[in-house]
Amino acid sequence: MATPGRALPQPTPETQFFWDGTKANQLLLQRCDECSKVYFPPRPFCPVCASRNVSVTKASGKGVLYSYVIHHRPVPGFTPPYAIAVVELAEGPRMMTNIVECEQTPQALVLDMPVEVVFEPQTDTITLPFFRPASTQSAKG
Amino acid sequence: MPHNTVAVVGAAETTELGVIPNLSQLGLHADAAINAMADCGLKPKDIDGIACAANETPVNLAHYLGITPTWIDGTSVGGCSFMIHVRHAAAAIESGLAKTILITHGESGKSRIGNPARAVHPQSLNGQFEQPFGPMGPPSMFTIPVLRYMKTYGVTEEQIAQVAVVQREWAAKNPRATFRTPITTADVLSSRMIAYPFRLLMCCLVTDGGGALILTSAERAKDFPTKPVYILGTGESAETPLVSQMEDFTSSRAFRVAGPTAFKEAGIAHKDVDHLMIYDAFAHLPIYGLEDLGFLPKGEAAAYIAGRNTAPGGPLPLNTNGGGLSYMHSGMYGMYALQESVRQMRGTAAAQIPDAKISVCHGVGGMFAASGTIIFSNQAP
Repeated sequence: MATPGRALPQPTPETQFFWDGTKANQLLLQRCDECSKVYFPPRPFCPVCASRNVSVTKASGKGVLYSYVIHHRPVPGFTPPYAIAVVELAEGPRMMTNIVECEQTPQALVLDMPVEVVFEPQTDTITLPFFRPASTQSAKG
Repeated sequence: MPHNTVAVVGAAETTELGVIPNLSQLGLHADAAINAMADCGLKPKDIDGIACAANETPVNLAHYLGITPTWIDGTSVGGCSFMIHVRHAAAAIESGLAKTILITHGESGKSRIGNPARAVHPQSLNGQFEQPFGPMGPPSMFTIPVLRYMKTYGVTEEQIAQVAVVQREWAAKNPRATFRTPITTADVLSSRMIAYPFRLLMCCLVTDGGGALILTSAERAKDFPTKPVYILGTGESAETPLVSQMEDFTSSRAFRVAGPTAFKEAGIAHKDVDHLMIYDAFAHLPIYGLEDLGFLPKGEAAAYIAGRNTAPGGPLPLNTNGGGLSYMHSGMYGMYALQESVRQMRGTAAAQIPDAKISVCHGVGGMFAASGTIIFSNQAP
């Protein structure tokens, strides 16, 4: 789905590590060193306890399809119909994404089906994390 | 303690609703404001507080209308901003910061005159973590939690379609509604797919319009020519600008805070409510609202609406102007929901609920991002 024209993120100082991670084919989350909360999207403090003592942690890349819509209207960089999905990661956080290597139909996109991350470079600096149906039934172990 | 020391004394929409090519967005604000002042016999010199939401500012409106304010509020959190303006205005009047507050809204949502398109900045959280995956405005974002809701509670597309059918029945009674021709469930389910499972007739209109409210103390309200509409309870909250980060896809945290706050403040129970407005940008919102405000247990609202309980003649009249689905929706709908609540409390609504004494008006901002709830009564404190 690396079609030209898709809106792309511009990293900020607080999110640069995340986008450096996807470029290196790693899905990076953060964990609070005080209360152990694993969270997303990135910020340099814990959204539960406000501790600044947080660590970057590599996600398994496994998750389940949590919810989605199949968009039928034209958007630059996309060929309708295409799904805009939310995946729930095995580590807990949810994130918006697209589901690739899968028919974009209600029949193929079944809620709670296991998915796994795949990384698709968009530019020299930005790689987006997408998800595809998992090759093994290992999600949410 | 109820807030009933403050009342709405002036209320009006723009002279026209729908497609208004002869007024800019600022002009729509002013048209509604002048109508509201005329409604209650005031002039700009009588107004000492002004509130409005983006893309205008209270500075723009104070200048344009000739108002010298001692209190201003530019709270802009999407379509429920006006509920929150009412809440803040009530507190300001009670505490003496202002005596007579004007809240305006105007939106050239269809004609887009003086209404710049709002772009998502690629460095924002939305720009980094949602926009790259292809959403294009509310129809493809507000709807994302709904499949999870449907799976959790076994709700069907037919039941969601019924929300639009019932609201069209209300709109059919309203000469000012944009769409008045009755529709069937089959019509909804055969309308163009927008963002599965949402079809065109499950999505709101896009129109031009505006509205304005004038609030003062309940004591002063007795001297106005209009029937006072008292503010019994108010609530507001916020959750997240990212629909993907809602705590619970089957419920809005902002609703669950704003709604009960207003009920507690008003000191009323759900059985006391005669009339209800729940901001309906899309057909699932009345379902979430009925549950999150505590009218129904989780998972029961879709069947309740499909069972005609909120339809004309039903026990809980809901969105009696036709709602954002059929009445009008300029982009930020909350002002029009408030106007219908005020009309119902004045006894002047097109589809008037006989003897209605308490009206609950519940708004959403952004995609479940924020919320505001106002409870009105026409009974003097």
